[in-house]
Amino acid sequence: MATKWLPRWFFQLASPRWCYQFTGKLIPWFAVISITLMVIGTIWGLAFAPADYQQGNSFRIIYLHVPSAILAQSFYMLMALAGAIGLIWKMKVADMVAKSVAPIGAALAVLALLTGAIWGKPTWGSWWVWDARLTSMLVLLFLYLGVIALNSAIESETTAAQATAVLALVGLVNIPIIKYSVEWWNTLHQPATFKLTEKPAMPAEMWLPLLVMLIGFYTIFGLALMLRLRNEILVRERRASWVKELLTVKA
Amino acid sequence: MSERHISVSHLFIQTFKRDLVLAFRRKSELINPLIFFLIVVTLFPIGVSPEPLFLAELAPGLLWVAALLATLLSMESLFKADFEDGSLEQLLLSPQPLFMVVLAKVLAHWLMSGLALTIVAPILAVMLFLPFEGMPGLMLSLLLGTPTLSLIGAIGAALTVGLRRGGVLISLLVLPLYIPVLIFGSSAVQAAITGLPLGGYFALLGALLALALALAPLATGAALRISVSG
Repeated sequence: MATKWLPRWFFQLASPRWCYQFTGKLIPWFAVISITLMVIGTIWGLAFAPADYQQGNSFRIIYLHVPSAILAQSFYMLMALAGAIGLIWKMKVADMVAKSVAPIGAALAVLALLTGAIWGKPTWGSWWVWDARLTSMLVLLFLYLGVIALNSAIESETTAAQATAVLALVGLVNIPIIKYSVEWWNTLHQPATFKLTEKPAMPAEMWLPLLVMLIGFYTIFGLALMLRLRNEILVRERRASWVKELLTVKA
Repeated sequence: MSERHISVSHLFIQTFKRDLVLAFRRKSELINPLIFFLIVVTLFPIGVSPEPLFLAELAPGLLWVAALLATLLSMESLFKADFEDGSLEQLLLSPQPLFMVVLAKVLAHWLMSGLALTIVAPILAVMLFLPFEGMPGLMLSLLLGTPTLSLIGAIGAALTVGLRRGGVLISLLVLPLYIPVLIFGSSAVQAAITGLPLGGYFALLGALLALALALAPLATGAALRISVSG
């Protein structure tokens, strides 16, 4: 196998036991960082950032809306990537990551849609608009729901993981196509707040708290993912001796 | 025993012929999607409004949505019978590329569903008062769009073939992926009615078809292997 270029930790992560211990060490760090960032970001965004000259204070929901929308998309990519790793290298842990990330991603998509609806009411005058980006977020939610439904419909864990990985990859190829076709179909929404290639259009006092919130969201949902993953590892490895030992020590 | 070498084109043609013969022997499966198409379209004037102007405005989208649902309905049977009688397993074991087998089966299936829907569509379009200028747009967009629907649907059919109740699940998996085809298809009909140039829509539908032709059979093959082994 021509896999010598892969680092050692990549293969270590494939061991559920090692992964369980490794995430156990990461969790306190993630907890402290995420809570600090979320508290700073929320207070800064809600109390100290200047009000928008057109939308007034109603724009402040951006500090929840944009991070959840970005995370919903990047978690889908993470799910597809983990699924691909599981398919190619037959790594059980990657399958577990893909399974654990799906409900979190779906919840984030729902959060993005809800905050979008709440933001849309004062700005556009209605809770829902058939706008391109709202619609593509809705489609993303449908893709998540499809993945979750398929995973729960198949009884065998390995078959379920492989089938979902194929579906997630098909979805990944389709996401840009759906995004651009829908955008072309109808657009009302303001353009993306953060682009990698350009400076944001809003002043620094506005987007800095947003960046803090975004990193806070990444860490807090990374934390949620690790907690789910550890549960999943324990459930699937319940017959392994190290899990039995762990449980007897705890009991 | 002499070993017979089977070329890929031979395999393709044989699978294609076999599926066509089987489809003609089960005529109800062939006709059901068409009847479904007809009934769904009939529901709208009854449920919403029989006003000709309103229906004409609704027609492009409605015909496309109904065609999409009818294709989806027919997808479930694509691999089901072969899975149940074990011939799917034989196909998976054959040393020939699964890509071509899937492509042949989807092509045969499309002739029975997508092409049939395309041929029937103008009759329903007349019933919905679609302006005559919209007809070429409708026919051509369906002709280019329905094969993509069949190819994508095959992935869903392959993923759910081993499940006892795959019917609702397959629509959950496949419908979100149909959205781009629906957008470009119904927009092509709209553009044809208003006299706008159609080239761009057909180019986009063609691009989607090319992409689906290249990638969907791969995903379908992988999904079949997973479903059958599990």
